[in-house]
Amino acid sequence: MQSKIITAENLAAGYPDNTVWRDANFEFGRGEFIAVIGPNGAGKTTLFRLLLGLQRPISGSMKIFDAPPKRGNPQIGYVPQRHVIDSETNVECLELVRLGLSGKQWGFNPFSHKDRDAALAALEGVGATELAHRPLGALSGGELQRIFLAEALVSNPDILLLDEPLSNLDLRRETDLLHLVNDVVRSRGVTALLIAHNINPLLPHLDKVMYIANGRVATGKPSEVLTSESLTTLYGVQVEVLRDPHGNVAIIGVEEHHGDMA
Amino acid sequence: MIFSINLFADFQQIWQVPLLQHAFEAGTVIAIVAGVMGYFVVLRHSAFVAHAFSEIGFAGAAGAILVNIAPIYGLLLGSTAGGLAIAALGRRVANRDTQIGIVLAFMLGLGLLFIRLYPGYSTEAYYILFGEILGISSSGVLQTLFFGLAVLGAISLLYRPLLFASLDEDVAEAKGLPMVFLGMAFMLLVAVAVSISVQMIGVLLIFSLMVTPAATAQYLAKRPQRVIMISVLIALAATWSGLFIAVYEPYPVSFFITSIVFIIYLGVRGWNWRFPSRIKSSKVRKAGS
Repeated sequence: MQSKIITAENLAAGYPDNTVWRDANFEFGRGEFIAVIGPNGAGKTTLFRLLLGLQRPISGSMKIFDAPPKRGNPQIGYVPQRHVIDSETNVECLELVRLGLSGKQWGFNPFSHKDRDAALAALEGVGATELAHRPLGALSGGELQRIFLAEALVSNPDILLLDEPLSNLDLRRETDLLHLVNDVVRSRGVTALLIAHNINPLLPHLDKVMYIANGRVATGKPSEVLTSESLTTLYGVQVEVLRDPHGNVAIIGVEEHHGDMA
Repeated sequence: MIFSINLFADFQQIWQVPLLQHAFEAGTVIAIVAGVMGYFVVLRHSAFVAHAFSEIGFAGAAGAILVNIAPIYGLLLGSTAGGLAIAALGRRVANRDTQIGIVLAFMLGLGLLFIRLYPGYSTEAYYILFGEILGISSSGVLQTLFFGLAVLGAISLLYRPLLFASLDEDVAEAKGLPMVFLGMAFMLLVAVAVSISVQMIGVLLIFSLMVTPAATAQYLAKRPQRVIMISVLIALAATWSGLFIAVYEPYPVSFFITSIVFIIYLGVRGWNWRFPSRIKSSKVRKAGS
């Protein structure tokens, strides 16, 4: 068993004429739950694209299990950010989850019981057994996220990348999904990176937080990263981290493109 | 030919006439191919693109007639060239209705010019636009069978990656599927399927075999393989009964086929509306459990 799953040294990301962020150094171990937060357009999804091998770093190095990222890495399960699912898509959930396992294979293998059982087990793992034969287009946002999670987990990845799974969920669904992700991380020892807009619902579960803003990346334990001192030092401008009596935080002073609360 | 209530005897009689026999043979191949490809066309929201191919194919076919080549080759050339061009620009471009509309209007105009330039009588053009299967030769049937088998063979090989790429583009890309290749292969297969289907149903009525059966089947099943099977059955039923009626009635086969698929579609939608099906019943079950 290897403790360091993802490492980055002096990593810079973006496009040749437009650096999105730079000087990022981080290490993530097995079974860590990491939140990636920051304003819109700060480069959170860019981080995922680097990990998925869909984009190359501008400079610096990034390693997944001691190898550079490559597209199609079977060690990664990915749930992209999705705004809409076509309500006319009349395909049952089980089929999508099954494709998560064998969608790369050529030829067709319609009656594979092995695939089917694995897909059903993945659905059970996310508490979505009863959704197996429902059409994708008829699901609610929270149900869809469970299916996507099952699709990502069905191939037993070591790393889970979740891009804004909480958007479009109401508070109760948000809490449910977070508990589910946390259970998956703890029980399977998966390293999960989750992009979110609001850190507060995540705080009870997190091992680490990655705060991306103004072209910089801060990584560490939430209690260490989310302080006025550390963020002020990192960004070179006065940043204020406010805490309410319940432990909720608000970050003020970092440029917010769309006025989100981080 | 005179219709009798004994359908078996009717079919025996039809089978004696080579012209009709060929039409049924080619029609069967076309219905299967169009029913299968139609599923992916509907799933990928490529109906408009499929229509564009058939109209680009029309220019090709009209051009072929002009230089004395069998129209099917002009169709194939036009639609595959169009398909590859659209695929090369990527799927997001393939959904750009405006640009595709602009190109296909031009192609239709070009086809019209070619027809005017042709010195002979322009029934051929009429056939390309609206289909005429009752003239297909035995070599035409073999040609159709060959292209049909090629499409079916390719689709069975591409089945899972293509389904994955169509359903969940972003994950499929991250998983390392060759998206550009799949997009091109899909367009190419649609182009070939359109080209052979045009013989049956014509350029302008292509939707009735490439879209309506698959769209209807989507209301009846949720597993892709089952939807494809139902789609093929609807296309076959429409083609066979359309041909059968056309033997006895002096109206075009294409008209009967378009009407039959439309009636089946309306029937299924009506049934779904009247008896909200599994989708809702499983919701009720869940709420009750």
